[in-house]
Amino acid sequence: MRSLRPEPQYATLAQQTETAQLGMWTFIATEVMFFGALVFTYFLYRTQYGEQFRLAAQDSKLLLGSINQAILLTSSLTMVMAINFGKEGRQRLLVLLLLATALLGLCFLGVKGYEYLEDYKSSTVPSLNYLLKPGHHPPTELFWVFYFIATGLHAVHLTVGLGLILVLIWMAQRGRFSPNYYSPLEVVGLYWSFVDTVWVFLFAAIYPLGRAAT
Amino acid sequence: MQWVPFWPRDASVTAQSIDRIFIGELALVLVILAFVFGLMIVFGLRYRHGSRANRSGLVKKTWRWEIGWTVGSLAAFLALFVWGANMYVWLYDPPRADLEIYVVAKQWMWKAQHPGGQREINELHVPLGETVRLLLTSQDVIHSFFVPAFRVKHDVLPGQYEAFWFKATELGRFRLECTQYCGTEHAHMGGDIVVMPPADYARWLSRQGEHESLAQQGEALFRKYGCSGCHGTNSTVHAPSLAGVYGGLVHLEGGDTVRADERYIRDSILLPRSQIVAGYPPVMPSFAGQIGEDDLVKLVAYIQSLSPIDGASQ
Amino acid sequence: MTTVTADLPASYLTKENTIASWLLTSDHKRIALLFFASITFFFFIGGFAATLIRLHLLNPAGTLLQPDMYNRMFTMHGIVMVWFFLIPSIPTTLGNFLIPLMIGARDLAFPKINLASWYVFNISGLVVLFCLFVGGVDTGWTFYTPYSTMFANGYVIPAAVAVFINGFSSIMTGLNFVITIHRLRAPGMTWMRLPLFVWAIYAVSIVMLLATPVLAMTLALVALERWMGVGIFDPQLGGDPLLFQHMFWFYSHPAVYIMILPAMGVVSELVSCFARRPIFGYEGMAYALMAIAVISFFVWAHHMFVAGISIYAGIVFSLLTFFVAVPSAIKVFNWTATLHKGSISFDAPMLYALGFVGLFTIGGLTGLMVATLSIDIHVHDTYFVIAHFHYIMVGGTVSAFFGGLHYWWPKITGRLYPEMWARVAAIVTFLGFNLTFFPQFILGYLGMPRRYYAYDPAWQVWNVLSSAGASILAVAYTLPLFYLGWSLFYGERAGANPWRATGLEWLTSSPPPQHNFPRTPVVRAAPYQYNPADGSYVAQDGSVNA
Repeated sequence: MRSLRPEPQYATLAQQTETAQLGMWTFIATEVMFFGALVFTYFLYRTQYGEQFRLAAQDSKLLLGSINQAILLTSSLTMVMAINFGKEGRQRLLVLLLLATALLGLCFLGVKGYEYLEDYKSSTVPSLNYLLKPGHHPPTELFWVFYFIATGLHAVHLTVGLGLILVLIWMAQRGRFSPNYYSPLEVVGLYWSFVDTVWVFLFAAIYPLGRAAT
Repeated sequence: MQWVPFWPRDASVTAQSIDRIFIGELALVLVILAFVFGLMIVFGLRYRHGSRANRSGLVKKTWRWEIGWTVGSLAAFLALFVWGANMYVWLYDPPRADLEIYVVAKQWMWKAQHPGGQREINELHVPLGETVRLLLTSQDVIHSFFVPAFRVKHDVLPGQYEAFWFKATELGRFRLECTQYCGTEHAHMGGDIVVMPPADYARWLSRQGEHESLAQQGEALFRKYGCSGCHGTNSTVHAPSLAGVYGGLVHLEGGDTVRADERYIRDSILLPRSQIVAGYPPVMPSFAGQIGEDDLVKLVAYIQSLSPIDGASQ
Repeated sequence: MTTVTADLPASYLTKENTIASWLLTSDHKRIALLFFASITFFFFIGGFAATLIRLHLLNPAGTLLQPDMYNRMFTMHGIVMVWFFLIPSIPTTLGNFLIPLMIGARDLAFPKINLASWYVFNISGLVVLFCLFVGGVDTGWTFYTPYSTMFANGYVIPAAVAVFINGFSSIMTGLNFVITIHRLRAPGMTWMRLPLFVWAIYAVSIVMLLATPVLAMTLALVALERWMGVGIFDPQLGGDPLLFQHMFWFYSHPAVYIMILPAMGVVSELVSCFARRPIFGYEGMAYALMAIAVISFFVWAHHMFVAGISIYAGIVFSLLTFFVAVPSAIKVFNWTATLHKGSISFDAPMLYALGFVGLFTIGGLTGLMVATLSIDIHVHDTYFVIAHFHYIMVGGTVSAFFGGLHYWWPKITGRLYPEMWARVAAIVTFLGFNLTFFPQFILGYLGMPRRYYAYDPAWQVWNVLSSAGASILAVAYTLPLFYLGWSLFYGERAGANPWRATGLEWLTSSPPPQHNFPRTPVVRAAPYQYNPADGSYVAQDGSVNA
C-alpha cells in the first residue's frame, strides 16, 4: 500500500483532491466552448435552411442512434456504480464495473461504425459519395457535414475516455484506490459524464429532426 | 484639406464628412495624449528620486479621481460613437440612386456593367454629382472595393450582393484598390474611377458600341434558361408572376414577409426552396452552378425592369 | 552550464544539471526557462519575416521577393508572432516563473500538465516549421474563407493544424494558472492582496480557456473543408462566407487582449516599484483587468464593419468597443497618477514601463478611431490598422515583456544585468519603434492597403522611413541578447531583493531554491506598500524595511 502523501505544492491530500476536481470542471468548460461553437453553427444553418435540414435528417438512422443513446446512458450508470464501489474499497467490483463501462463504450463505437457504413450505403457521405436526392437542394449536404464532424469528434473524445478507463483499470488492479484515495475515479467519471452529455445533445439535435408527425 | 501636404484627395460627399470626423477625433486624441504625456513628464521631473518635492499626503480616496476620469472617458467615447454611427447609417443606408452599376469581382480584376449593357474592366466611368449605387458580387473569393479618394469601402462576397453608394464631387481619375487579400496578385487588383461631367458621361456611354441593355440581355437569358416556361404568361404551371415583384413585399409560406430586393431575386434563382411564396407548390428547380455571376446580374436587371417603381434601369 | 552556476548556492538552477533533469522537470521555474528558449526562437523567426517584408517594401515595384513569397512571408510573420510569441510570451515565461512565488506556493497546481504544455507547444512549433519549409501558406494569419478553403495554393492544412495544437498548449497553461490562483494561495493572501501581475494572469487565463476552443473548432472546420473538398463555409452548398469571420474573430478579438493583459500586469509591478509608491487605485486596476477580459468577448464584429454585416450589428459592436476602451483608459490614468508624489528612478525596467504607457496610449487612442464606424470604412484593411495594432502589441506587449525580463532577471538568474546597456536598448527601442510605425498611420489614411507586395510610388517615402525604423528596432531587440547573455557569466551577483520591492518573490534567494520558500510565507500586508517620502517599504509578509 503506497503512502498517501500529497504532492509538494499541496498542504493536504484533501486540497489536492478538490483541486483535481476543479481542474476537470474547468477543462469541461473549455470542451463546452469547443462543441458549443459547432452546435451553435449547426443551429444557425438549421434555422436558415429549415426545410432542407428536415429533408436531410429523414435519412439519419434513428434506430442505431437510439441504441447508442441507451448504451451510453447505461455506461454512465456503470461508471457511477464503479466509483461508488471504489469509495467503499471493493476492488473486484470496481474493476468489473469499469470493464463494463469500457465494454459499453466499445459497443457504442461499434454501432457508430456500423451506422457510418449504413450512411455510406444511403449515399449521404459528403465528399465520398453524397448524392443529391430528387427534390433536395445543396444545403442538405450541409446537414450531413455537421453530422459527420459532430459525431466524429464525439467518437474521438469517447475513445480518449476509453483510454482513461483502461488506465483506471490498471491502477485499480494494482490496489491504488481505497476509501482514502479515489480521486482519479471521480475525475475520469466526470469526463465520462461529459462525453455522455454531449451525445444526449447531439442525439436530440440530429435524429428527431424531420420526423414530427404532421 | 488639400493644404495639408500629404493629405489624400477628397473627391466625394462622404470624403469630406469622414475627414471632418477624423480631424475631430484626432484633435481629441492629441489633447488626451498631451495631457497624459505632459503629466508623465512633469511628474517624472518633479518627483524624480532625490528631488525635494513634497511627497507626503498621498491620496487615499483614489476613487474620487477614478470615477471622475471614468465618467469623463465614457462621455467622450460615447460622443465619438454617436457621431461615427450617425455617419455610418447615412453611408450604408443608400438614398435613392440616380444610377445603378453592377460590379463583379474576380481574381484579379474588376468587371463593371452599366445598365445600358456597357462593360468595363478595371475602370469605372461615372458622372459627376450623381448618386451612384453599386451592386457588387464576387465570382470566387472575398474581395473589397476601396476608393481612397471617396473614403468608401465595402467587402465583395461570393454568393451574394452587397450595395453601397457614393457621389463624386471632383472630376478626374481616382484609384480603386482591392483591400481584402485575395491571392497572389491582390496587390495589382486595382483600377480607376473616372469621374466625368454628366454630358461627357452620356457621350461616353453611347460610344461604347451597340449594346443591348442589361435588362434586354436578361430577357434573352430568361427564355434561354427556361424561366419563361413557368413564369411566362402562357405557362400552365402555377408559378408566381414576376411583373411588379421587384421592390414590393412578398408573402412567404409560413407567414413571413420579405422585400423583393436583388438578394431575394438572386436567392430565388439559386436556392428556390429556401423561401417559398405562399400559395405556391415548392417545385422550382435550383439553378445553382448553372448560371454564372455575369448572367445572374442580367437576369436580376431584367426582373427589376418588370417593376414600374424602379427608375434605375433603362 | 557549470560556469554559470559555479559557486552559486544551491538553487533551482544548480540542483541536478543533467539534460533529463531539465527535459523531465516538474519545476515551474525550469519550465519557464524552457518556454523562454522556445518563444525567443520563434520571436527571431517572426522577426526575420518582418525584416524581409520591410526590405521588400523599400521599392514600390516590389521586386525583392516573388509575389507568392512575399504573401507567404507576411502570413508567416502573423502566425508566428501571434501564436508562437505574443500569446505565450509573458504567461509562459514570467507567469510560470512568478505566479507560485508571488502567491507563496511551492509550484503550480498541475506541474506535469505544465511540462506537457511545453512539449505540445514545441510539437505545434515543429508543425509550423514544417509548413514554412515545404513552402508556407499565403492566406494571412486570418485564414479567411473561401480563399483558404478553396483557392489558396499553399499549405493551409499544416498551418491550421499547427495553430490547433498550439491552442492546447494555451489551454493547459491557462487552466493551470486559474486553478493555482484559486487554490494555492498562501495563508493571508486574500484576493485583494494579490499583486496586479497575478490578477492579470488570472484574467488572461480565463480568456484563454473560453476563447481558444472556439478557434480550435473554426480551424478544424477549415482544415476539414480543405481536405474533404466540402464544408460549411462553401457558398455552393449555401454556406455563409461571413460565418468563418464571425467564428474566427470571436476568438481572435479576445486573443488580442490575451496579448495585452499580462503586459498590463507587468507594468503595474514596475511603475509601482520604481515610483516607490503604492499603485494608484489598486481595486480599480484589478476590476479593470477583469472588465477588459469580460467585455472583450462582445466586440468581435468590429473587425467586420465593412464585411457585409447589417448596419444594426455595426452600431452595436461599435458601441461595445467604445465600452471596452474605458477600463483601458482607467489603467493609463492610474499609472500616470502613480507617478504623482512618487520617488521615481529611471532604471531600464522603468524606461520600458513608461515606454509602454506612452505607446499603448497612442495605440489605444487610435483604436478609438478605428472603432468609429465611419472612420473605419476608410481605414479598415489599410496600414492604419497595422500601425494601430503594432503600437499595442509591439510598443505595448513587447516593451512590457522586455521590462519584466529585466526586472526579474536578477531573481531568475541570480545576476545583475549591465544597467547602462539596458537603458540604451530601451531608449533605442522607443525611438526605432516610433520611426517604424508612425509613418504607417499616414500610409493608411492615404489609402495603402494591407498585404500589398507592390504599391503606388507616391507612398514610397513613408515606406522607406518605416523600413529605416525597422532596422533600428532590429538592433534594439538584438542588443539584450548580448548583454543579458554576458551577465549570465560575468554579471554581478544579485541579492535577494536588489530593487527593494514588496512582493513575496523577493523574500526568497536569487535564484530561488527548488521549492521556492524554506517555509510557507504568511501574508500580512497588501502589495505595493512603498513610502516615497522616506524610501521605506513594507513587504507582503509584513516585514518593515527602512
